[in-house]
Amino acid sequence: MTSDGLEFAGHQFARASLDHCVKCTICETACPVAAVTPLFTGPKFVGPQAERFRNGESVDHSLDYCSSCGTCTLVCPQGVQIAELNSQARAVMKSDHMPVRDQLISRTTLMGMAMTPVAPLANAALHVKPIRTVVEKVFGIHRDAPMPTARTQTLHGWLKKRPAPKKAPTRGTVVFFHGCAGGYFEVETSKKSIEVLEHLGYRVIVPKQGCCGLAQQSNGLFDAATASVLQLCDDLRSAGKGLTIVSSSGSCTGMLKHEAHEIMGVTDDRLKDVAVRIRDMMEFLRDLHEAGELPTDFRPIEMTVPYHAPCQLKSQGMGQPAVEVLRLIPGLTVVESGATCCGIAGTYGLKKEKYEIAQAVGKPLFDMVKATNPDLALCDTETCRWQIAQSSGVPTEHPIWMIHRAYGLS
Amino acid sequence: MPRAGKDARVPDKIGGFVRKLAVDVVVVGGGSTGAGVVRDVAMRGYSTVLLDRADLGQGTTARFHGLLHSGGRYVVSDPLSATECADENAILTRIQASAIERTGGYFVTAPGDDPAFADKFLAGAAATRVPAREISVGEALKAEPRLNPGILRAIEVQDGSVDGWQLVWGAARSAINHGAQILTYHKVTKIERDANRVTGVRCVDLKTGEEVQIDCGFVLNCAGPWAGQIAAMADCEPVDVIPGRGIMIAMNHRLVNRVINRCIYPADGDILVPVHTVSIIGTTDVKVEDPDNLAIPHEEVQEMLDAGEILIPGFRQARAVHAWAGARPLIKDSRVAAADTRHMSRGMAVIDHTTRDGLDGLLTIGGGKLTTYRLMAEHIVDAMCTKLGEKRACHTADEVIPGSESGKTYVVTHRLEAREHDRTEDQIICECELMSRKMFTDALAEQPRGSFDDLRRQLRLGMGPCQGGFCSLRATALALEADHIDVERASGLMKLFLKNRWIGLWPILYGDQVRQTALDNWIFQGTLDVEHLPQPEQEVEL
Repeated sequence: MTSDGLEFAGHQFARASLDHCVKCTICETACPVAAVTPLFTGPKFVGPQAERFRNGESVDHSLDYCSSCGTCTLVCPQGVQIAELNSQARAVMKSDHMPVRDQLISRTTLMGMAMTPVAPLANAALHVKPIRTVVEKVFGIHRDAPMPTARTQTLHGWLKKRPAPKKAPTRGTVVFFHGCAGGYFEVETSKKSIEVLEHLGYRVIVPKQGCCGLAQQSNGLFDAATASVLQLCDDLRSAGKGLTIVSSSGSCTGMLKHEAHEIMGVTDDRLKDVAVRIRDMMEFLRDLHEAGELPTDFRPIEMTVPYHAPCQLKSQGMGQPAVEVLRLIPGLTVVESGATCCGIAGTYGLKKEKYEIAQAVGKPLFDMVKATNPDLALCDTETCRWQIAQSSGVPTEHPIWMIHRAYGLS
Repeated sequence: MPRAGKDARVPDKIGGFVRKLAVDVVVVGGGSTGAGVVRDVAMRGYSTVLLDRADLGQGTTARFHGLLHSGGRYVVSDPLSATECADENAILTRIQASAIERTGGYFVTAPGDDPAFADKFLAGAAATRVPAREISVGEALKAEPRLNPGILRAIEVQDGSVDGWQLVWGAARSAINHGAQILTYHKVTKIERDANRVTGVRCVDLKTGEEVQIDCGFVLNCAGPWAGQIAAMADCEPVDVIPGRGIMIAMNHRLVNRVINRCIYPADGDILVPVHTVSIIGTTDVKVEDPDNLAIPHEEVQEMLDAGEILIPGFRQARAVHAWAGARPLIKDSRVAAADTRHMSRGMAVIDHTTRDGLDGLLTIGGGKLTTYRLMAEHIVDAMCTKLGEKRACHTADEVIPGSESGKTYVVTHRLEAREHDRTEDQIICECELMSRKMFTDALAEQPRGSFDDLRRQLRLGMGPCQGGFCSLRATALALEADHIDVERASGLMKLFLKNRWIGLWPILYGDQVRQTALDNWIFQGTLDVEHLPQPEQEVEL
């Protein structure tokens, strides 16, 4: 691969940002992966340092130990796009030897479509050790890695069959973006989000929608990811001009808000249009509250619950809206995890060569969750919830479940 | 280090000791010319010693862009130099591959430049046998996305970049293998003559203070901008060397991966060269009196940044890491006005002191450029052989230099690849330039009396964006740990290193580099109180 080969529009911008690095090492001290394995040379090394030694050809394959959690970019006080540089270098590195596994696990819609009709069978299979061992050997997906639970009904299946909402809309229309997981696996979270929005008086449109391409992007499949994200923009824009888009799929929201642009350099106007209109579910509620428009007639819930803010939510630069909204519920004590990352980072912790690292990264979080409440934890993003639930044994829900309950909807 | 000739100590007149050597030829000056000359002399079977008052390549040689000319720069202005460059470029890439990166280069017509110059250029390239091919602007912009999208024409040439220190050290190591002796930090104090014949050279070992007397039959003066001073030590009529000062600025990363030249008659700030991890813009050309006192004037820095902006829009927003000045070693030529040093003879000039001063056994060489250093050496050694009435053929173009046996040219990914392999076994001392602990301790063992700048020239220690802010502390600790020096000298060496880095930082303190220097300053002044470290009795200068 020469410099004439793979060129990303976003790369020139990210590369220019390396000029801001003063070698302060703050990113290195915050990196959850470098803290647990010497195999990863750390964000300062693979980002602003190694980038000066790159000219198209990929020689530092250990950069793939980066989980793309984005913590480095978030903590850099100088504005270096460390994670973005690394994601771009990884795409160059993998461009001539993309593992089948990475192509497969990044096709999230396909997985959902394949598993839903045979949900009980798929779920059973995913818990059968010999099957998982074969999967690990053949595809490199670790036998103990968390897997989504397939549902017998998709979100769109539910939408088709459910009775019309009882309350007439009083606040206008919003578009709901559910993401692949929210369509096939985390159907309950999508349902509860829609019900809360309807409870607040919104008419909710759920257009037919595809994948945002995040998993493809984090696996270095930039062309496919770009095609996916632009198709999704078309899908979401088809619901109506200028409407606010709300999503309970936190990482996919990040992809639309900034990652597709900053990592892959997508400058398409359709993406810009969606990026400025999309809100994370809890961010949307927090903004309503700040505007004095959120009803706070919550039922008390006497409980102490651990909350983990996912990396991909933190990197959206919107604070921790879930914490702000949850704290409006009487009786509820929300304890922030204080942990950097759960380790899964999308598909990273599924891979057999990364599994142990991902577990080590998440260990302080798993311990904290267990100690805080062995029965329930809250977290905004799907794969993080699966990781926390699988590794700590504590059932983990999206914060909207708690809001849903507090509004008396469940 | 193998020794050439006799090496003995004899009492001198005032009770100390004088180290005595005897060789056929003394080469004065350890720049590219001197290193090439000592290699050639040794390969032709003469016993020889090279003297430099400082480190190899510390004077003019490495104070340059890092450009290995394709010859393109001279196809219109200096056709002979163009052909020489093209030929030597091919030879050096063959014999000194590890010091050279085959980046390729473009000559581009910037907005406002005369597009017709490119036609003269192409005609000149054809006439001088310099490979050149016009490509579409689109192709150039695709390969170099930061290039000014307003360029009108682009011509592809075989420019490369070269590490001047590695080039010189490579030649020196080859010379050592052929029996030569290299004495750095040996300052010539006198060229001794017996009536009209050179008989020896007297010098002083600056690191030990020891005097050295070298008997010889011939002296080759390769001292570049200092050639006049050396000739004067043989009581010759002054040789008029006009040092032409040029400044250069290294930018923090490779803004381009090919050499970018303006396709115009040679002018200030017309070249941007990717060398190692940086890209270097240059240069200016101002006649100066003293090659030991080269300023980096503010207005020239601004001129270079403006010139960079023409090639790469947004250049001023990019981070500059270091600036320096070098002196061209031009020998006065009556054909051009003395104030215009750029257009003086870039070809080489050999001054024959027999005809000029009635002194046998001394030749002075001037002019030339790094790309043609091997050819210059061939010429001056040929001239010496003629004077000695001997026929000894030059083989320097045929023998590969130590370290380049594989024939593999340098690529910028080399160190990243090396660190990928030893990342779990070794520490990194200089993070910016990815220099490992082993690289440093090995070089230190080879040069236990070396300053950190001596080691820097071999290892690129402290040459990245932090400019020694982090690595100099680690280097100091390692040097102390290696037991070569005491704590006073260790802190003295660190302060000297930082002082020298600062010379190149002051002129470019703007933008991102200000933040770095502020942080470095807090570390050294605020946290470490560097001014009150254990002081050596005498300030460490070497």
